[in-house]
Amino acid sequence: MASVSTNQFKSGLKFMLDGDPCSIIENELVKPGKGQAFNRVKFRNLKTGRTNERTFKSGESVESADVIEVELEYSYTDGEFWYFMDPVSYEQHAADANAIEDCKKWLKEQYVYTVTQWNGTPLLVTAPNFVNLVVAETDPGLKGDTAGTGGKPATLETGAVVRVPLFMNIGELLRIDTRSGEYVERAKD
Amino acid sequence: MENDWRPSASIETMKRRAQLLADARHFFAQKQVLEVETPILSQAAPTAPYLDSFKTDYIPIGTDQKQDFYLQTSPEFAMKLLLAAGSGSIYQVAKVFRNGESGKHHSPEFTMLEWYRVELTLEQLMDEVVELLTSVADFSDAIRLSYAVVFKKYLDLDVFDCTDADLKSLAFTHIPSLAADFELDRDGWLALVMSEVIEPKLAELNQPVFIYDFPASQAQLAKVKIDGQGNYVAARFELYAGGLELANGYDELLEAQALRQRFEQDNQQRQRLGKPDMPIDENLLAAMQAGLPQCTGVALGLDRVLMLILDQSNIKQVQNVTF
Repeated sequence: MASVSTNQFKSGLKFMLDGDPCSIIENELVKPGKGQAFNRVKFRNLKTGRTNERTFKSGESVESADVIEVELEYSYTDGEFWYFMDPVSYEQHAADANAIEDCKKWLKEQYVYTVTQWNGTPLLVTAPNFVNLVVAETDPGLKGDTAGTGGKPATLETGAVVRVPLFMNIGELLRIDTRSGEYVERAKD
Repeated sequence: MENDWRPSASIETMKRRAQLLADARHFFAQKQVLEVETPILSQAAPTAPYLDSFKTDYIPIGTDQKQDFYLQTSPEFAMKLLLAAGSGSIYQVAKVFRNGESGKHHSPEFTMLEWYRVELTLEQLMDEVVELLTSVADFSDAIRLSYAVVFKKYLDLDVFDCTDADLKSLAFTHIPSLAADFELDRDGWLALVMSEVIEPKLAELNQPVFIYDFPASQAQLAKVKIDGQGNYVAARFELYAGGLELANGYDELLEAQALRQRFEQDNQQRQRLGKPDMPIDENLLAAMQAGLPQCTGVALGLDRVLMLILDQSNIKQVQNVTF
């Protein structure tokens, strides 16, 4: 397995720590004058999702992690796994509940998601920044209220609940920002 | 993708830097300290094990004979040649270079204000550093604490009497981010505890702090003396402000033979670290042999001073065009 030295550390770099793949969030050089240098590294454990800190001696090496990001299309779930398909090779990849936890409420068939894989296994599924989803349930729309003040909750086809303007009705297609979980606008199609 | 050519500092920052340089020069002109220039390139380089010089080569026209040259990490050696020649007190605003050092508070190339005083004791030099800082910006007076006192005050540790194992267990208690098999030598533990445990506490004082009387093993180019408690200490100070290490001052070591020994010990440690030996500055040693006058000297990082003046957290924000 290839190794990486602290002098190659930068945010986004994937490395192995105590057997788990991790991603660097922040790398800070600690260098007292003419003294020995250290790297204070803030990282996310990609298996558990937890962030932590580790101090390295500058020049130390760690094992690099075979972590790649691929774009896969969501197919279906059997309740235990969520299946994603490579749109080119049609190969199926099964992600467990842990991997889709953050984006479960934005999962819609045939949408393309960013899947972080470690040794071929999906670790984390990230939703695209925007998805278009149909309103499954909401109170009846109020005609004439186009200002969008106040708003009301609406349950979308994926189960996500977002605040929408009062005039929205069941069956309408909405554009949602998955990062904030907020309604953006009516979607064209 | 388009090149992001834009300077990292704003025009306001550029102007503030110019003002800082002008004010510093005015300060020394009034004190009749002579401004000097010395070469950035040298055939010798500092031996300090954790200080890496940029290396380049000089090729005389018409030959293919390369000669090694190093970019200065500070103008200290060349300025001491001037002192030995009888220059009297001198200062320099110099570009200095440290290979590999890049981070929020570090740039591989930065600006140093370094000065030497033949009239001042180390205590008086600390006064002058404060005088300079309060004259160029809104700095407050500095607290002075000895190295032993800060370790006692913040960690209840007798730093000159403790064992390496004491230091290690203290580091593990206060720094949760260390791996179980993390190992360092004594000066390594001291540096780590200083940076990660004590410096953040000093920053909370909201006032600049001088730390003085360092362990003799960290004497660098300072004299070693015996303190009031009978410990061998380096006649050195460092100035911390706003979480940054701003300045490093010495009561300058005068004996050539003692300095040669330190250089050689440094090179031995470099070998243990798998680093190349650095060529010892024989000109400096010859000048000291001829007689370096009693003097104190200090190097102040001007980019960091500017960071504090402008309340910036990244050194890149105060360098007009960054590395």
